[in-house]
Amino acid sequence: MITIQQLQKSFGDHHVLRNIDLEIPTGQSIGIVGPNGSGKTTLIKTMLGLVKPDSGTITINNTVLNGNHIYRRDIGYMPQQARYPENMYATELFDFMENLRDQPGEFRNQLIEEFNLYSEVEKPLRVLSGGNRQKVGAVLAMMFNPSILFLDEPTAGLDPRSSYIFKERIRNEKRAGKTILITSHIMSELEQLVEHVVFILEGKIQYYGTIGDLLKDNRQDHLEGAIAQMMEGVEL
Amino acid sequence: MIAVYYQIVRNEFQTLLRARWLIGYGLIFLLLTDTLFRFTGGGAEVLVSLSNVILLFIPLISMLYGILFIYQSRDYLELLLTQPVNRETLYWGLFTGISGPLTSAFLAGTTLPLIWHGNFSGEPAMQTVLVLGIGAILTFIFTGLGFVMGLAYYEEKIKGFGYSLMIWLFMAVIYDGLILLLIFLLGDYPIETGVVGLTMLNPIDLGRILILLEFDISALMGYTGAVFSQFLGSLKGMLTASFMLVLWLILPMWLGLRLFRKKDF
Repeated sequence: MITIQQLQKSFGDHHVLRNIDLEIPTGQSIGIVGPNGSGKTTLIKTMLGLVKPDSGTITINNTVLNGNHIYRRDIGYMPQQARYPENMYATELFDFMENLRDQPGEFRNQLIEEFNLYSEVEKPLRVLSGGNRQKVGAVLAMMFNPSILFLDEPTAGLDPRSSYIFKERIRNEKRAGKTILITSHIMSELEQLVEHVVFILEGKIQYYGTIGDLLKDNRQDHLEGAIAQMMEGVEL
Repeated sequence: MIAVYYQIVRNEFQTLLRARWLIGYGLIFLLLTDTLFRFTGGGAEVLVSLSNVILLFIPLISMLYGILFIYQSRDYLELLLTQPVNRETLYWGLFTGISGPLTSAFLAGTTLPLIWHGNFSGEPAMQTVLVLGIGAILTFIFTGLGFVMGLAYYEEKIKGFGYSLMIWLFMAVIYDGLILLLIFLLGDYPIETGVVGLTMLNPIDLGRILILLEFDISALMGYTGAVFSQFLGSLKGMLTASFMLVLWLILPMWLGLRLFRKKDF
């Protein structure tokens, strides 16, 4: 369960998040959509404690965020760009994370197998292709079996096959009762993966509800059309 | 907490050892020290020459390395910060994980030739330890300053590098000249106290003063050193300078920690 109340954040003059109120029940999968620079990544980073809000409160699984860190045990995060120490091998990175958290990566081998990373984990991370590094990021996010997943444009660098495997995996995580937050610009992908959407524009939540309702309200067949219509509507 | 700290430090050590330039850094000191012995025939001259190199280059290399680490590891920092790890523990882990190996490489490179040329036995032992100690402290101070600059100018790398170079140039080269100018202009007034005070504000000058007081060679070590030794005398001067150097050791680390705790990554 994630509860966000009256969240505000500015970077200098730039007001990135304006009075965000959001409640995400456990087990819900939710897509965060909005144009570039609308505050999607900042919202996720605030929940991760990477960015400190100016005001407002965030509660994740009954912990109020105030610079504490234990709550992050429940969160797996896959960043937009995955870059890691150049000279390290993926296996070493996984080992390091396991030691750091003092927790075995339950799904480590399973994920490496699913993403077909066997030959890649024995190479320095710098020689890995962007897509494979992305997959390393996916393993890191999911190997500790966290109850909440934050995925920031997860399939952007993946080839169709990997993307398919990845989405299968996300559907399985959903079935296992995980709370999942995905930001993406690919609406068809979100339609496959989530039931709810949050539409953010200029740091404000314009819509929060199920995809079904959104389509009905806007008389559209696809999410892409509905979101495009909403973007125009707000600008007018 | 201790376990997490240990993991971070160990990981930095491993990464650094794999990057071979650190070994090169140690080798340069090894060659330099050994060459100095062969050219000067040993004695205090070696240590004084070595300390001149230390005072000039260790600050530059440490600061550049500190800032470079911050800029190079942005995504890695982000990854670590999203783990269930306390920011303070992470900061100390990264800081010691970077400055520790740098200090070790310097110490290993200088200590070996000093041992085989017999500098650790008898009378020069104390002086040797002092020179190496100053090198080590300067490494920590300036790696810390590099961290501070990297965190303060996280998004503006050019500015960060530019200001860091300016800080180095100012502290290592210009400062002494400015004080000399001040004394030249205001020589008729009793400004010694002021000059001693100003000297305290520069860690490189503090290192220089400690060395000159130990070796009693004010003429070789710049003007501020001479004023300092005249004004404070040996023992009192050394104690004051050491105390100030310790304050300097704490300042960048503490500033860096403050920035790291508040920062939006």
